Amino acid sequence: MLELFTRASSWLIPAIIVFIPLYAAFRKVPVYETFVEGAKDGFGTAINIIPHLVGMMVAISMFRASGAMDMMLGAVQPLFDWLHVPSEILPLGILRPLTGAGSLAFTADLIQTHGPDSMIGRIASTIQGSTDTTLYVLTVYFGAIGIRKSRYALKVGLFSDLVGFIAAIMICLYIFG
Amino acid sequence: MVNWIWLFFIVVSVIAAAANGQIDAVTQAAFDGAKSGVTVSFGLISIMVFWLGMMRIADDAGLLKKLARLLSPVVRLLFPDVPKNHPALGYIMSNLSANLFGLGNAATPMGIKAMQELQKLNPDPQTATPAMCTLLALNTSSITLIPTTLIAIRMNYGSANPTEIVGTTLAATIIATGAAIAADRWYRRRSKSAPPPSINKRKRKIDKTHAVQHPAADSLSAASPGGGTIA
Repeated sequence: MLELFTRASSWLIPAIIVFIPLYAAFRKVPVYETFVEGAKDGFGTAINIIPHLVGMMVAISMFRASGAMDMMLGAVQPLFDWLHVPSEILPLGILRPLTGAGSLAFTADLIQTHGPDSMIGRIASTIQGSTDTTLYVLTVYFGAIGIRKSRYALKVGLFSDLVGFIAAIMICLYIFG
Repeated sequence: MVNWIWLFFIVVSVIAAAANGQIDAVTQAAFDGAKSGVTVSFGLISIMVFWLGMMRIADDAGLLKKLARLLSPVVRLLFPDVPKNHPALGYIMSNLSANLFGLGNAATPMGIKAMQELQKLNPDPQTATPAMCTLLALNTSSITLIPTTLIAIRMNYGSANPTEIVGTTLAATIIATGAAIAADRWYRRRSKSAPPPSINKRKRKIDKTHAVQHPAADSLSAASPGGGTIA
């Protein structure tokens, strides 16, 4: 099971990378030109994130350096220690459904501070990658068509975020523990 | 909401720094944070450029459409109240397959188009229909095959194995999506079993008074006929 898991992780990407151009070549798509054409969008996408990420990383960096983060985490530390879960993860769980840039900045901060291959770094990567920003999705999708009463949609989104958060921690502790 | 979170971080930081005597450290942290923000964004360029190039090939080769067709039985199952061959279903499938490949930028316009189509089936344009809630649930928990952004950040900070989190992310995202679908089903069934909306579906006008006379019913589902009669 564990073996299979790490195998799948390392094989999935090369498999996709070779399958897509090969399949496209069979369909007579000019693969290289198409690649370059699509790749141009990537630059803009990455550059557009800069203001969001700078804003959020300044705030989070200040929050950590001021000692406010430790004060906040100190309160939940015993509970998390008892569960054998690093308490540094908690703010990410709170930020994830609320702000995409904020949680991305927090994840980057955790990876920077603790290292990408630490347990915290791995759990943070998994949490950040596994769900989307519920509040943002709700605002954009329902806002676009003028829905005012979202009924139970927010509850469902937050519930799945919570489940994803717990699942990410448990899976990482099991696989990398 | 984002405004408040941001303000909270900054204000609390300065207050806490003053209390802890860390004012100089906070100034330094602010500038360091700005620098990391730029570094991380620049680190994303490489993977974003590469991945979006690959995805354009997949799109041009008709792979996204093919995947959408594969998803069609699942979509039909999840959206039983959308008529067969309705254009909304096509957009939903495109939205889900774009999400699967981590193409947020392509997924959002498709999702919005799907919502617009679903809106045409909506008797009350200000209140979300169950189908809309299901589509939203699938998007908030969105299954991601390759977490490209995270791989890029891990590479940036010198991970020995940046892709080792692909498997854990996939497992966590499947569980989260499963939870979203289960919760959505549960609320769907509950709003159907509550008297006003189910009767309301066919005999809206006749049941107007009936719906109003049951304020005890769940406020969420009762909101639907109430809002409908006003509109």
